[in-house]
Amino acid sequence: MDFYVNLIIAAISSGTPLLFAVLGGILSERSGVIFLGAEGTMLIGAVVSCLTFVQTDSLALSIGAAVAAAGAAGLLHAFLCVTLKANQIVCGLALTLFGTGLSAYLGKPVAGQALAVSVPKLQLSWLEPVPFLGPILSNLDILVWFSFLLVVVLYVYMNKTSWGLHLRAVGDNPATSDAMGLSVAKLRYGHVMAGSMLMGLAGAYLIMVYSPNWMEGMTSGRGWIAIALVILAGWNPLYALGGAYLFGGLDALGFRMQLMDIGVPSYFLKMLPYLVTILVLILVGWRGRNKPSIEPKALGAPYVREQRF
Amino acid sequence: MSRNTMADTMQGEPPAAGRARTGMRLPYTMQYDPGKKGAWWMPLASVAAALLLCALFLGASGMNPLEVYAKMARGAFGSSFGISETLVKAIPLLLCGLGVAAAYRISVWNIGAEGQLVVGAIAATAVTIYWPNLPGALYIPVMVAAGIAAGAVWGLFTAYPRTRFGVNELITSLMLNYVALLLLDYLVFGPWRDPAGFNFPGTPLFTPEQQLMTFGGTRLHYGLLFALIAAAIFSVFYSKTRWGYEMKLLGANPLAAKYAGISVNRHILLVMLVSGGLAGLAGMSEVSGVSHRLMYGISPGYGYTAIIVAWLAKLNPWGMLVTSVFVGGLIVGGYSVQTIGLPSSMSLMLQGAILLCLIGGEMLGKYKLVRRS
Repeated sequence: MDFYVNLIIAAISSGTPLLFAVLGGILSERSGVIFLGAEGTMLIGAVVSCLTFVQTDSLALSIGAAVAAAGAAGLLHAFLCVTLKANQIVCGLALTLFGTGLSAYLGKPVAGQALAVSVPKLQLSWLEPVPFLGPILSNLDILVWFSFLLVVVLYVYMNKTSWGLHLRAVGDNPATSDAMGLSVAKLRYGHVMAGSMLMGLAGAYLIMVYSPNWMEGMTSGRGWIAIALVILAGWNPLYALGGAYLFGGLDALGFRMQLMDIGVPSYFLKMLPYLVTILVLILVGWRGRNKPSIEPKALGAPYVREQRF
Repeated sequence: MSRNTMADTMQGEPPAAGRARTGMRLPYTMQYDPGKKGAWWMPLASVAAALLLCALFLGASGMNPLEVYAKMARGAFGSSFGISETLVKAIPLLLCGLGVAAAYRISVWNIGAEGQLVVGAIAATAVTIYWPNLPGALYIPVMVAAGIAAGAVWGLFTAYPRTRFGVNELITSLMLNYVALLLLDYLVFGPWRDPAGFNFPGTPLFTPEQQLMTFGGTRLHYGLLFALIAAAIFSVFYSKTRWGYEMKLLGANPLAAKYAGISVNRHILLVMLVSGGLAGLAGMSEVSGVSHRLMYGISPGYGYTAIIVAWLAKLNPWGMLVTSVFVGGLIVGGYSVQTIGLPSSMSLMLQGAILLCLIGGEMLGKYKLVRRS
């Protein structure tokens, strides 16, 4: 029992940064902009929050700084892709390369330094006697609760509010949205930046909770897994929850199997999340082979007013 | 593509959102023209802008940017040793750059050159480990074939799911990078580790027949010829063959190509085989020409850096001859700033900034200043 409780807690802790990043990716892609800079943006968020914490010892400031820095990265992406109409894929790749380099450069002085940080847990003493669920829920930190809240808020926002309708309209058909008087540029800027801020939060969570010391490239592909999970979740915040915890669980399980020494070299266990990502995408592709695609229809296409095809 | 029919049929009044912005009106406005070609000096201007951008970060952390850049330039091009090191780095960059450029030309986003390079290196090393008694003259050709084949197969792992199930090749190729790197770690820390190597994570040194020859007394090896030949073939292929023509058409207008009966899927498979094969060859030339053994951290990210090489040259093979040397110099320069306490990831930061400025500048070049009517 204890094993499973601990495993689930570990899965949630490992899945939460993924969840934030996936939700960020969904926001951006729903508006029609592919944000492949997730990996770089998470790294910038992580290193900025680490540096801020070393300077100020303040959790709130560290998270705020990470979110702000990631927002700046999002602004850059939006400027290049929305205003200048650059190729969104190349732009995202460039942002990831730049973020990886910049974070390694900025993080050099604090590399390997363990942070004495603890994110407070929500006090739920009345829940503790509940078997199984009690120990899990009372062990979750406030950022995890925030991520739950965010899933619900984003789901309602996208499906039940007029702003959400505008968002989806811009992602599916920017020309019509433009004709209806919506500002394609404003909506895209806003959602790309909100999305990148969530990716910064993902980076901050990684360093504040998951592994509190900075290492070059510490996201090790989580940003890219998050982009894959956006597809897996079908651009739906509710499904993002399942995808993120599936991968968080895989990560936690691999780590535990390594401790148990089951005879498989740890290198192969570490391959699991990457291989499963590919397999799951193949499965999604195979299942959806005869169905119309659910991805936002204008995804990846810069909008030029009165452009003729 | 009738995505924008609304905008097409709209006439007369501009949309309300466009009209709302009043205030100061300049006599000139920027007009977007997607067909406009960027100026030839744009890549140079982008590099300059990127140097300026990074100078801000350097200055903010208390360094003198001019001193840092001078140090980098001297390290990369200031001595004959520096120049030969820069050329050594340019070889895998050019090979991988040609590979990714071939794919990008038809909008296949291969970012898996890193993994394809690593499996190429592994396969070439496997030849030396499992066939220790080949006739000496056979080693290099067999290792080249093994490297190319392994890289091509790794590329196929990306291309097949894309063509068969529509799986995004960006993600697959990148995930496979991590898999390849973990496989490398497993081999050099595990079964392939040199028993006489004092726990060094690497295989035994190659014998002289298994090593690529070098030019004179330098570290510059014959892999340079592979890279030059590949660039020449690339260029001839695109301008002279039917396949090259089909690829060109596919890159320019995929829809028209499809109607003309060109199989998109077949070309995706083909281009990924070539792309992976070239990266695999780069991996072979690294182990056989530079490190002379398979070891931990065989590539400092050549596969990712190749993206810059390709893009900076606008996917042109002859341009890549220049950009691969330039970016190779950035890597070597990155090593040389370590002596003044900077991390070698400096060069990665510069590379990212160059790419960002380049695409920004290229798109800015598509706008023209017109007089308001």
